Parts: sequence; C-alpha cells; structure tokens
Amino acid sequence: MTDLSFDREAERLLLEATTSRSRRVKDRLASVWMVGSVVVAVVPLAIVVAYVVAKGASALSVDWFTKDLPAVTRKAGGGMGPAIVGTLLITAGAALMAIPLGVLGAVYLHEYGGRGRLAGLIRFMADVMTGVPSIVMGLFIYTVFTLRFGLMGFGGSLALACLMLPIIIRSTEEMLRLVPDELRQGSYALGNRQWRTVVTVVLPAAFGGIVSGVMLAIARAAGETAPLVFVIGAAARSLNTDLFSGNMTALSVQIFSNAQTPFAAAQTRAWGAALTLIAIVFLFTILARVVSARVARRHNA
Amino acid sequence: MASPPVDELTAPRVVPGGDGSALLGSGSSRRGDSLFRWVALLAGLVVLAVLALIAWSTTKEAWPVFREEGLSFVTSDTWIPAEGKYGALAFIYGTILSSLIALVLAVPVSLGIALYANEAAPRRLRKPVVYVMDLLAAIPSVVYGLWGVLVLAPAIQPVYRSISDAVGDVPVLGWLFNGTSGRSFMTAGIILAVMITPIITSLSREVIATVPPAQREAAYGMGATRWEMIRSAVLPWSRGGIVGAVMLGLGRAMGETIAVALVIGSQAQITAHLFEPGDSMAAVIVNQFGEAAGTHRAALIGLGVVLFVVTIVVNVSARSIVGRFDRRMRGA
Repeated sequence: MTDLSFDREAERLLLEATTSRSRRVKDRLASVWMVGSVVVAVVPLAIVVAYVVAKGASALSVDWFTKDLPAVTRKAGGGMGPAIVGTLLITAGAALMAIPLGVLGAVYLHEYGGRGRLAGLIRFMADVMTGVPSIVMGLFIYTVFTLRFGLMGFGGSLALACLMLPIIIRSTEEMLRLVPDELRQGSYALGNRQWRTVVTVVLPAAFGGIVSGVMLAIARAAGETAPLVFVIGAAARSLNTDLFSGNMTALSVQIFSNAQTPFAAAQTRAWGAALTLIAIVFLFTILARVVSARVARRHNA
Repeated sequence: MASPPVDELTAPRVVPGGDGSALLGSGSSRRGDSLFRWVALLAGLVVLAVLALIAWSTTKEAWPVFREEGLSFVTSDTWIPAEGKYGALAFIYGTILSSLIALVLAVPVSLGIALYANEAAPRRLRKPVVYVMDLLAAIPSVVYGLWGVLVLAPAIQPVYRSISDAVGDVPVLGWLFNGTSGRSFMTAGIILAVMITPIITSLSREVIATVPPAQREAAYGMGATRWEMIRSAVLPWSRGGIVGAVMLGLGRAMGETIAVALVIGSQAQITAHLFEPGDSMAAVIVNQFGEAAGTHRAALIGLGVVLFVVTIVVNVSARSIVGRFDRRMRGA
C-alpha cells in the first residue's frame, strides 16, 4: 500500500519547486471555478427539494390520496386522488405503446440496420426527435387526435409516448451494443434463426440496461405538463379511470393551474402535488439507478 | 464489430447425406425471420412517420393564419386576437432572449461541473456528482416553475431593484439591467439555466471522456499544471462537441414551456430591459390555447410550427456536431 498523503505532499512540493506562482494561481482559480460550479448546481436542487418537502408535506393526508378535487380551488379541503390516478394511468398507457415500439426500433437499428443508410437516418432522426419541444407534441396530438376523437386521457398517453419513444430507442440501442457478439454467434451455432436469437438471447442479455433506460423515460414522461394541458380535458375534478372516454386530470397539470392562483389553499395544493409528483419521478429514477448498478456489477463479476 | 453475416449460416446449402433442413429450421421459421425483421423496421420507421406527421398536421391546421399573415406572422409584433392581428415577433424575441440568458448562466457552470467530474474530482466524488446532476434533470419542469413563481420571483424582486438602481447611470449596463419585475426575462432565464445545466453537463462529459489519455499524459509530461493540461489537451479536443452540447441545451431552453409560462410575466414586449416581463412562444401557446378558437387557435398552432422548425434546425446542427464525436469515440 502506498501512503497517499505522502504522495500528495510530495506532489505539492514538486509543483511549488517547478511551477511559477502565476501558473499555480491560475490552476487554483480553475479549481475554484470547477468546485464552485458543482456548488452552484447543487444549491438549486437542495433548495427546490427542501421547499417542496416543507410546503408539500402539510397537504398530505389520507384524504389527499382518496378524495376528489374540490369544486372551489381557493378553499382548503378535497384531495388529489383523480390527478394521481390520472398521472399513473396516462403514463402507463404511454409506456405500453412506447416500450414495445422503442425496443423493436432499437432491435432494427442494431441487429438489422447496422451501419446502413436507413438505420443511420432513423438513428439521427430519433436524436432530433428527443429535441422536439413537448408543447409541440401536445399540439401535434391535438391536431391529429383530439380534433377527431375529443378530449380523453389517451390523447395524453399518445403525446407522452411520442416523447418517450426516441429516448427508449436510443438507450436500448446502446444496451444492445453491449451484448457480446459471441452470444449471438453461439445462438446461431445452435441453429437458431436471427429472430429467435434476438428474442431469446440478445434481449434477455440486455434486459437490465433496457429496463433502466425505460425507467428514465417513464420518469421524464410522468413529469411532463405541456403536452397534457389541452388534450386530456385537464379541468376534470372527479375520478376517471377510463383512458378512452371523459376528461382526466394529472398531477403536473394541477401544479400548473394551482400555481397560477393567488390563493393560499390552492398554492398549498400545488406544493402537495409537486411533492407527490417528485416522489413518483424519483422512485423511477432511483429504480433505474439500482437496476443499472446491479447490471454493471454482474458485468464486472 | 457488426454481427457476422448470418446468411452464411442460414442460407440453404447442400449437405452431404441430407438436405440440411433439420439444421436450418422449418420454412415457417424462415418466414418468422423476415416477418420479425419487417416488424422491427416498421417500429423504427415510426420515428420518421411521427416527425413527418408533426410537420404536416400542425402546418395544415395553422395554414389559414400563414396564408393571411404571410411573413408578417414572424416580422410583426402586433398580436391582438380580438382584431385578428397575429404578429409573433415579440414572442420569438422572448424565446430567444430568455434562452440566451439561460445559456450565459448555464454554460460556464455546466463546463465547470463536467471538467470537475471528469478531470478534477477525487475518484470517490465523481459518481455522486453525476448522480446529483441526474436528480436535477429528473425534477419536472413544472416543479421548477412552481418554485420560480412562488419563491424565486418575489424573493429576487428587491435584488433586481437594487441592481437596477446601482447601475442605472452606466451606459450599457443601465440599459440591460433595468426594470423591477419579479416575473421577467431574467427570472425565466435563471429557471431555464437550472433546467438545461444537467443536459449540457452530461453531453460535455461524454465528449470530454473521448479525450485520449495519451494527450493528457503528454501535457502532464511537459510539466503542465492541471489547468494547463485542460486548456491544452482537453478543451481543444472537445471544443466542437461542447458547442454541440450547448446547442442542444439551447434547443431545450427554447422549447421549455411550463416553467417559462409561470415566471416570464406574460406581457409581450420587445425590450432590452432584462428585469421586465415578457412572453415566449411556448408560454403563449399554453396560456392562450384554452380560450382560443378559430383563427386564434390556428395562430397558436402556427407558433408551434415556428417553434418546431427552429428547434429542428438547432437540433440537427447540434446532433451533426455531436455525432462526429460519437463516431470518433467508437473509433470508426
């Protein structure tokens, strides 16, 4: 074992002996900048989370999860049940569409398309699609779906699915890339066709990584507001578990509308909804971390 | 490495003493193979289809306004739905100004974090730094908006007031740092900066990670300090990729809706005074859509089209730049 503290001391002495003062000062300043940047980024995270927890906790109760939204937003009372259910259902609907499409798309890109021109185009466009503003996705679903079929939770699912799709495609492709070719060759050697190889060998091998990418996509989608505002009928106050008919509301939309009011009760409700939403989003983010950490451990072992 | 050519293994061939069909699978399995390939291809094509559909359907809905207003849709700043006047220049200006403020604030911080996490941090701190940035990125934008409108805006108003008093007589500064509104271009820029920092950081980190170790060691071998190593080895190598990362951050900032809608003040005006309220394209869409009908609604969708085109242009250029680094990293 080397004594690290000795090494550092020696390094410092060497530096002082060989480096001019102005160069050392510049180096220190750069370090201050780098550490300072981390601090500057951590501070808002800490402040925002602290506020949400402190102000949101008082809104939580049994009623919060079970009761309908109050008819009059400026008065206290009522709950957030319909919005919690709405967020979960709309996001689940989006995931059910985006996951199979995204994984299959990634299978095409990596297992079939490879370096071909079409695969290159799809890959590039998937990257570009991640940059399409979520409000534009909302307008898109409004024009192609809501104008024809009316307001419903499913419109929100479609919009969120469009946001999740490119994320899942790209993260899944990265994971397929990590599957060693020897596994594929082994499967071919056993007489498996390519599709069986993909389904029974490649996808299971990449499963952990794919799940982790999917979780992150879900976390991102669950917090989206803009694409939902005008496609789900967000003014709904009572519980609706049918994605395909009737107005539905969601946590993010409730935060948005309650934050715009000057009433204390509504603002408390917004903080409570924010706390609930952050809890859901962090849960998925941390799950993704745990899954990917476990996968990494298995790879290293 | 690409997969081996499958055809060699599966193509029909004559095997002495048999037709080899047992080895090669039944005909239905072969059909399964091409079916699976097609299904996967279709899934991939959904991306192209969705992008094309976005462009087509939104443009179609907005067409009445585009036809009526022509170029003045983007060159006029008179937006009076009641009189049928739709000029979006003030919103475009607000989108650009708030995003630029966000970049000015976020780029130095993001670069600092990326360099810290990749070059300077003690090994045991590197993962936590990345982890915190992930959490920062995970917080929904509406939550930043909520915090911005209820906490930041009222708290920062006196700060704006004293800054604007202090520099009021200085030529350029007094012009920029003017106004006393808590909900303003500046507040929107600050919130946006917090939101795009994780994106710029993580992409810059990926680019910085492609710097060959030999370059670093060469710089150190010449007696460079860490900063000199960063300036002479890391930054020149990753400059292009960092520009791409910054542009992706710009694209995200321009499209961000909810947080901006809550804190920018919703007052369309073109002014250089950063502490005064303004409005942005995305914010106007979400704020006015509910009560809009007919041409007004078409005009709001038209704003969406403009936003779509601008972000596509920014993203395509950014991705082309970052893509070059991706290829270099993979050694192709």
